[in-house]
Amino acid sequence: METVIGQLFTGLSLGSILLLAALGLSLTFGQMGVINMAHGAFIMAGSYTAYSVQEYLVSNADVSLLVSLVIGFLVGGLMGVTLEVALIKRMYDRPLDTLLVTFGVGLILQQLARDIFGAPAVDVTAPSWLSGGVDVLGAVVPKTRLFIMLLAVIAVVAISVVMRYTPMGRRIRAVVQHRDLAETSGIDSRATDITTFFIGSGLAGVAGVALTLIGSTSSNTGMTYLIDAFLVVVIGGLGQIKGAVIAAIALGILNSFIEYSTTASVAKVAVFVIIVIFLQIRPQGLFTVQTRSLV
Amino acid sequence: MIPAALSAVALALSACGSSASDESASGGTSCVKTDGDTIKVGSLNSLSGTMAISEVTVRDSIKLAVEQINDNGGVLGKQIQLIGEDGASEPTVFAEKAEKLISSDCVAAVFGGWTSSSRKAMLPVFEDNNALLYYPVQYEGLESSPNIFYTGATTNQQIVPALEYLKEKGVKSLYLVGSDYVFPQTANRIIRAYADANGIEIKGEDYTPLGSTDFSTIVNKVRAADADAVFNTLNGDSNVAFFREYKNVGLTPQQMPVVSVSIAEEEVGGIGVENIAGQLVAWNYYQTVDNPQNKSFVQDYKDAYGANKPTSDPMEAAYTSVYLWKNTVEKANSFDVEEVKKASGGVTFDAPEGTVTLDGDNHHITKTARIGEIRPDGLIYTVWDSGQPIEPDPYLENYPWAKGLGN
Repeated sequence: METVIGQLFTGLSLGSILLLAALGLSLTFGQMGVINMAHGAFIMAGSYTAYSVQEYLVSNADVSLLVSLVIGFLVGGLMGVTLEVALIKRMYDRPLDTLLVTFGVGLILQQLARDIFGAPAVDVTAPSWLSGGVDVLGAVVPKTRLFIMLLAVIAVVAISVVMRYTPMGRRIRAVVQHRDLAETSGIDSRATDITTFFIGSGLAGVAGVALTLIGSTSSNTGMTYLIDAFLVVVIGGLGQIKGAVIAAIALGILNSFIEYSTTASVAKVAVFVIIVIFLQIRPQGLFTVQTRSLV
Repeated sequence: MIPAALSAVALALSACGSSASDESASGGTSCVKTDGDTIKVGSLNSLSGTMAISEVTVRDSIKLAVEQINDNGGVLGKQIQLIGEDGASEPTVFAEKAEKLISSDCVAAVFGGWTSSSRKAMLPVFEDNNALLYYPVQYEGLESSPNIFYTGATTNQQIVPALEYLKEKGVKSLYLVGSDYVFPQTANRIIRAYADANGIEIKGEDYTPLGSTDFSTIVNKVRAADADAVFNTLNGDSNVAFFREYKNVGLTPQQMPVVSVSIAEEEVGGIGVENIAGQLVAWNYYQTVDNPQNKSFVQDYKDAYGANKPTSDPMEAAYTSVYLWKNTVEKANSFDVEEVKKASGGVTFDAPEGTVTLDGDNHHITKTARIGEIRPDGLIYTVWDSGQPIEPDPYLENYPWAKGLGN
């Protein structure tokens, strides 16, 4: 029982990390169709933001995490907007080129991080109010992981509210469903693209800040989660936040239980096999968005 | 399409490989120039990719040794010219760059490599060209190439002493955690053999892919298993995630100490000393080792690269390897590979870890084993040592319990 609960929480926590990494992608990749391989580098930028904030701005670890979450969102967002304006907007109808170009940008950013912060991993001290664990029916759940779960919930709720109830969200949905029609009704589709990219990349920054609580902060941070994040978006169904949530949690729990009974490597393989089978049966993912466009 | 292209490349490569060995078989193809005022040597370390975190420091200490030797008159009256290459954390790149250093830069020796996969990829290149590689990192043993000098520990100088230390401390059960590649897998086979012979129970054995950063499942397993100690062969960034998780579920060094063989001073900072203080490591050198050679090595290193840079075991072994090459060349009075190999037996150097001696047969060096404890100042302090240098035994031939591991 104790192990089942422990693994359930492990799965939920892994799921929420995947979700944080994937949420931004579900906007940029899911809504806009841009395969942004630099998303992982934006996550890394978020992690290094957390480090820089702690090192140069707010040395008190108890407060710096919260400050970092806000600044991390802005840093990720601004990097995303810069990338969109400088490169991606020129290749909206060339998805393969976008993939290669953003992959290159990701590599450049990684090397840049290595040049600025050095090759060894840096240490971001976790706040004291997140140290230790909470006893849940005999299983110890680290507080850092509970915090990340909470953060994922907040991010999902915030995005859903923005998309459903605000004029900005309506504009984003309109552009996704039918760009030409949206433009005809007076929506500035360029401005909408930039906003979407800002939010999507900003969420990557937030994910990066959160990752400093459990993993290492080095130039590789984020890259390990990039493929999994894409998988979450594809399984969830393009552009479906609801789908991404279910997919992330399902992947997390599946992974943690298979890993417990086998090994980490086997779990990784097994999860991939399950994903391949799932996509054979349901190539469009869990949910599909209804559009009037021809593609 | 792609598979066809790949197999064509593979064919071309294998063709190259065989022609290279034909050449060396027909009488050596060394192009090393020994008539000028300088002699070229190469350093080959990952300056980019996932291993850069560790290997950059090794490159730095190789450079330091070369500069010191040059300042003191060079080798056989020649100044050393160091040619640096980037192995990019990819074994194939290591092999390519090794070929380049040997065949087009014509270096007399190459210093570098870290992961066992990079060494295994370079081994045929050095053997085919009859060139020299000095490999400075502790590894899983069971290897002895005539063209490689191993200046890091083999298993009987690191893992076996660590196990003996744990047994002495009354440890009756172990949990093994490692990254999924050749070093941890082989190390754990040796640990299992030792445990079987000494009545230690192995409560679990887990591997994670290199670079993996989610350890909550493994730590749950470790916690449930309740072993006396954990033997950790994780490499790289994974250690950070592992120790954070370990501490956050409330496991302490007093309850279940973790003995690590791939965490040195450089890594402690990235893991966060608050997450790892009190845990044990097994190496042959720490920055705190107390002797005059080490004092001046640490001072010189800090002067060259910054006061906050710690020195670590692989760095020290790399530094030592350059001096061992110099001493061997001077003993042979020649840069020729065959002469250097012949002269290597018995060559010594007063290294920061203590005096080391090259073994001419298996090309490893004698090393003192040291168990260290990580203290809150981020440094590692020796809590036990083997008293004297241990003779290298890469195939564990002198350990009855290790019978059959070599194949």
